[in-house]
Amino acid sequence: MTMLDATQDLRAQTESIFRRKRLFTFAIPAVILAYLTYIFFAFDVPGLWARANADNARSLVSDLYSYKTHVTRDNRSGNVSVAIEGEKKGRYPEGTAPAWVELGETTVIDLEDGHIITYGPKLITYDVPDFGLMTFEVSRSRGVVADYPVDVLPEWINASKNRVAITTEAGRLSITRNRTEVFRYFTGWELFFFTLDSPYHGMGFGELAGKFVSGEAGAILSDIWNNKMWRHKDVVWAIFETVLMAFLGTMGAALLALPLAFLAARNFAPLVAVRFATRRFFDFVRGVDALIWTIVLTRAFGLGPLTGALAILITDTGSFGKLFSETLENVDDKQIEGIRSTGAKPLQRYRFGVIPQITPVLLSQILYYLESNTRSATVIGAITGGGIGLLLTQAIITQKDWEEVTYYITLIVLVVIFMDWVSGHLRRRLIKGDESGH
Amino acid sequence: MADLTQHPGRVNDIQASYMAQVGRKRLYSGITMLVFVLLMISGFNLASSRNGGSFWGGIDNFFDYPSEVVAEAASKAAEMPAHFATYFPALLETVNIAAVATLIGALMAIVLSLLSTRGLARFPRLIGLFRRVMDITRAVPEIVVALILIFVLGGGPVPAMIAIAIHTAGALGKLFSEVNENASLKPLEGLESVGANWTQRMLLGVVPQVAPNWLSYALLRFEINIRASAILGFVGAGGLGYELKVAIQWGQGRFDEAGAMFIMLFLTIVFFDQISSHYRDKLVHGAKGKE
Repeated sequence: MTMLDATQDLRAQTESIFRRKRLFTFAIPAVILAYLTYIFFAFDVPGLWARANADNARSLVSDLYSYKTHVTRDNRSGNVSVAIEGEKKGRYPEGTAPAWVELGETTVIDLEDGHIITYGPKLITYDVPDFGLMTFEVSRSRGVVADYPVDVLPEWINASKNRVAITTEAGRLSITRNRTEVFRYFTGWELFFFTLDSPYHGMGFGELAGKFVSGEAGAILSDIWNNKMWRHKDVVWAIFETVLMAFLGTMGAALLALPLAFLAARNFAPLVAVRFATRRFFDFVRGVDALIWTIVLTRAFGLGPLTGALAILITDTGSFGKLFSETLENVDDKQIEGIRSTGAKPLQRYRFGVIPQITPVLLSQILYYLESNTRSATVIGAITGGGIGLLLTQAIITQKDWEEVTYYITLIVLVVIFMDWVSGHLRRRLIKGDESGH
Repeated sequence: MADLTQHPGRVNDIQASYMAQVGRKRLYSGITMLVFVLLMISGFNLASSRNGGSFWGGIDNFFDYPSEVVAEAASKAAEMPAHFATYFPALLETVNIAAVATLIGALMAIVLSLLSTRGLARFPRLIGLFRRVMDITRAVPEIVVALILIFVLGGGPVPAMIAIAIHTAGALGKLFSEVNENASLKPLEGLESVGANWTQRMLLGVVPQVAPNWLSYALLRFEINIRASAILGFVGAGGLGYELKVAIQWGQGRFDEAGAMFIMLFLTIVFFDQISSHYRDKLVHGAKGKE
């Protein structure tokens, strides 16, 4: 870029250019590094490790691929109940239990690999292989009275006067004055297809396929669709709402922006004042940002998908207006002149001279925004309370249904990738169609 | 031409088939339009019915909230400068989150894009893998990563920063690799012939060719990330968005603060929007000038 002056000392000039270049190549990384150092302290990254909660992380990760079944005894009434994840929706009907729990006067819980826990009328026992039998007695006055086979407790037993917690690789036993609880961990997502009250729960795939073919398809699908634990019906609706928000917002914005873009384009709006006003309008709606529009709209229209759609619509009217008017300014005048030479009126000139030129560009921009708005709609939905964004934030706030969070994220990613694929495919076809048309 | 006039029957045939084609085309576009309009109307009605308040019920109240905010802000106009000063650190944090996320995301995007461009890739067999990585990081909405990280790391700017950086890496990576595809391979061959390794070939052969376009996309991303950072603040990641949420939940009495923050956010976005479009113009036109 810098021209060498042949009349001067070439060597000196070259060296000075090299020096400047070298300075530049060192200065940029140095500035970036300095900025990152500033951020490192401004964001308090060193304090982050102190604040980070490793237990949260562990429970999150283990919850992603496993679930636990609670076997709970109320120490006062002696009632034993078995529930998946301890939730009401996952509770086994009264008097029934999975095969590894034997209900009776003495409830025997087999945690496999030799770990056996019993809830007796008086005593609770836990037999750990290679360690020995522990017995516990819960009494109103003395708390939890324990008898261990060793004198010094290993670190996987956590005991105090009123509380004992034992964690082994087979499961967890926790005893308090009020209740005794055993957690057994299983890999997988619990009750994903059928809840316990469905007759199809626990059937093998072959058996199910047989029933499916022999006329029970409706009942099977309805049991999956109405699953109370995973709420597949609500989730599908929510995903649909999110896509709907993106669709309504993007298309509505495009419809509004197209006529306005003509007013902002140099070659179509002769009045400078109109052009200026329209452009500032676009800048304004774009600048106010989806967040502020969301807040304002929520006040007017309440929570729900419509509010989200309108927030996208208003923000994107500004973006589309700017993009469309730039496209219009690049329109080739020759075609319009050609149409005019046949005696066409202004509206006809727009229809046959301008629209065919801009359609592929416009459609490709709209499709691109549609895809990117599907993602935005998730975020906006979390604020306006519509669609999958709402379900997602709810699941995250409860801080225990991480498997549901994984489920929603997987669905969102699949839908966004699908929209990306569809929009990319259509855009390529549009551009190709455009080329063959010439 | 002369032929056509001598055979009026053929001209009529041609006209008839042309008109038939036009008619068919009109019919198809008519049907497409009709389907589109029906989709829009039914979608609108559906969204309206699932909404807390209906569209027609709410349209009258549209200006209620803004006018309340404006009225209260105007009545306390003297306190406005103080509010600007109070919330400036929060604004700075929001902008910083966006800036760091864009920086880190762009650096990751550079590596990902170089690894996934045919002709440049270090491991040509893994191109597909790196492309899928970009697809997935692009598809995950920022809010998901942010909320999960808030659960693990606690609130503050870092979760938002990481979340935006991850998304930026995917989004920019795709655009960067499209730019890379147009880079000339000749400088690379030259560098290879003198024994340059992959990193040197990329740094000296590719980066100078594509840097202006990369920078232009990164600037656009920065502008988008400021908006994202404000929104993430609203769901608990710190910065101006968080302060805004607190002020709004308080409601009347703190509308002047909310108003001040609206103005600050608006001005910031417009400011960076103008700067980024100015420099992008310059970069793209500068690149054109060289050719």
